[in-house]
Amino acid sequence: MMTIKLSAEIFDPWQELVDFQAQAVDMAGKYGATGVFVGTMRDFNQGDEVRGMYLEHYPGMTEKQLQRVVEQAQGQWQLLDVLLIHRIGQILPNDTLVLVAVWSAHRGDAFDASRFIMENLKSQAPFWKRETLESGQIRWVEKNSDGYSK
Amino acid sequence: MSIKVLYFASLKDRIGRSGDELTIEAPLTVVEVWQRLNPNMDIPDTLLAAVNMEYVGLDAKVSDGDDVAFFPPVTGG
Repeated sequence: MMTIKLSAEIFDPWQELVDFQAQAVDMAGKYGATGVFVGTMRDFNQGDEVRGMYLEHYPGMTEKQLQRVVEQAQGQWQLLDVLLIHRIGQILPNDTLVLVAVWSAHRGDAFDASRFIMENLKSQAPFWKRETLESGQIRWVEKNSDGYSK
Repeated sequence: MSIKVLYFASLKDRIGRSGDELTIEAPLTVVEVWQRLNPNMDIPDTLLAAVNMEYVGLDAKVSDGDDVAFFPPVTGG
């Protein structure tokens, strides 16, 4: 089971979780662990103040690669359900960028699968960030950092 | 035979086009598609390519009707 959404509108990750769990009646009583990651846009990056950004994607391929990442996680860990929502379009600081939630019987699977999905999403899903700095300068973010290195 | 080519993000800005259509007489590799369409631009070191929305190496074959995409490293999440 998985739900993947690209959202051009601002969304509240906590309300999404409440709504998702309310309709997921089949797994009620079955899960003992929910692993949740929420990524939020900062107002700074690489030493500069950031006013906003545009998130470009490749319609079709983005969804396909996100589905692939979730399928890989489902192949490695025992997951009851997965919810993944990613913003696209114009985004402001403090907006939620991404929500990854996994439901599992046990915490090990929930922790590890949510981390795996996030790290692989960042390296494989075709999204590109174009930042507008406080100075008015516009620049493309060149690459994502490795989440496992400090 | 024709193929569709898309460019994304900073690469689209550099090239000045979001895509191309290319008529080919025989199958080409991805790198040959790039060279035909952008003969005056070196291939960026970090270039990523996809055929029909799957990541491929630059030596992958491209056939009639395929969708090819070129883009820089991805920065989502």
